[in-house]
Amino acid sequence: MQRHAQVFPSKKTSGYDVGRARADFPILKREINGRPLVYLDNAATSQKPVQVIEALDRFYNQYNANVYRGVYRISEEATVAYEDARRKIAHLINAKDPSEIIFVRGTTEAINLAAHSWGRSNIGLGDSIMLTEMEHHSNIVPWQQLAREKGASLKYVGISEDGRLLREDSHQHLEEGTVKLFAVTHVSNVLGTINPIRELVREAHKYGCKVLVDGAQSVPHMPIDVQDLDCDFLAFSGHKMCGPTGIGVLYGKRELLQTMEPYQSGGEMIKEVHLYEATFKDPPFKFEAGTTDIAGAIGLGAAADYLTKLGLRNVRDHDREITKYALESLGRVKGLKMYGPPDPESRGGVVSFNLADVHAHDMASMLDEDGIAVRSGHHCAQPLMERLGVAATTRASFYLYNSEEEIDRLVGSVERAGRVFKI
Amino acid sequence: MSSVYSEIILDYYRHPRNKGTLEHAQISAKDSNPLCGDIIEMQLELDKNNSVRDVRFNGQGCAISQASASMLTELVKGKTIDDVRKISKEEILSLIGGQLSAVRLKCALLSLKVLKTGVYNYLGSAISSKEELSDL
Repeated sequence: MQRHAQVFPSKKTSGYDVGRARADFPILKREINGRPLVYLDNAATSQKPVQVIEALDRFYNQYNANVYRGVYRISEEATVAYEDARRKIAHLINAKDPSEIIFVRGTTEAINLAAHSWGRSNIGLGDSIMLTEMEHHSNIVPWQQLAREKGASLKYVGISEDGRLLREDSHQHLEEGTVKLFAVTHVSNVLGTINPIRELVREAHKYGCKVLVDGAQSVPHMPIDVQDLDCDFLAFSGHKMCGPTGIGVLYGKRELLQTMEPYQSGGEMIKEVHLYEATFKDPPFKFEAGTTDIAGAIGLGAAADYLTKLGLRNVRDHDREITKYALESLGRVKGLKMYGPPDPESRGGVVSFNLADVHAHDMASMLDEDGIAVRSGHHCAQPLMERLGVAATTRASFYLYNSEEEIDRLVGSVERAGRVFKI
Repeated sequence: MSSVYSEIILDYYRHPRNKGTLEHAQISAKDSNPLCGDIIEMQLELDKNNSVRDVRFNGQGCAISQASASMLTELVKGKTIDDVRKISKEEILSLIGGQLSAVRLKCALLSLKVLKTGVYNYLGSAISSKEELSDL
């Protein structure tokens, strides 16, 4: 029979109290089919702590107003909260200045903004854009579109059998001298691989190549210092880091943002508008046309506060410990194959697997019957699936509130699926 | 909640009935479900009375899509093409049994969709309306 974890004792990993963190997330009290929800789809979106939910609630109940130009009290309060959120995000990733933080809808829009506003002026005929085989579709398709429009080409950095970037590929592409941009994920959303961004940036910069980092899976999970990484752009989503959906960030180096054309145009991004011409504000406002997601930004600010208080070093340590435990426990299941680096040091909290010939969607449905939420499919990384030679995988991804007891339930249910499918 | 992964479903998945291809099929159709990557092909061989003399399915994908396709082949054998047209999704779902989420319904009904597409194409202009396909 399956192990049935009734309670989640506050097990400690390196001084970090999971039980205490869990108490901040109301949704974790939900039951599915009579058992506590085990939420292991954090690479898709994270759950929200009460601190973030209350920040949204306070905004709408007490000072909901449009920002910047209202001269009345609650508009000023909204403006202060919105700009405070920008400062909190700048602090979280150690940007030099809050003006380097552009609020967008999420990672996808952040990358599209960079492709549109920087790419269209800086990528031309005969240039190349370097990507990797482990990118999410959101860090492939905008560059395909740009390359098609400009007559540029795409070059791919391959991956090794254990899911690491082949550094000789990037070296070879850069040596050819046409690569103007390297767009690379910090942490793979399928393999969990943590890429050595600092080294990759240093290498690219030697060739005058700019680097955009997809931080969707890294910013929520580990301390990030953009000045230390020295990346030119960093894109990430609020909803994967305890914040609301609909808000995300493009970080860009100030000197780059100042040279870039607007993304969308309209209200709030202009200095002056005349009948036949307009002048634009300075970054970041130049890139935030129209009324932005004010509540979302304030919620994201609250999420940054929450993560800062918890300590991203602790979050990373917890992720690593829980991933190590999952790799060990799943590794004991007969017929189970895992993808990505075997060493928990070099991976984030993502474990993709297949059990013998059980289809990933059957696995996910069976886990759902036991109240366990995982993802199955191609994870918006079809080129990577092709490279791995699989149609789909089941993916469990962890966050600061996941406990070892939950991993035990996952493993118990995977074993149950194995029995049902007579593996 | 009763699991959709019953002994019966697993048996059809592991030991599919009527899997393969027909050499003289009058009706043949194929489709896929992009979510799961399920692929189903259905073939029907008709006798002179327009009844199903033989039937095969072929494909790959999740247990639900493959087992339901196999069950469907048994259901249509011997039926007239008019009766095949009238097979409802409820009939398929009751054969499968168990609870299916909305997303997985597409897996369960893929083979019926393929079958009906094939039948409509065969009947061609005799059928003016394809509304029966629209809710699959």
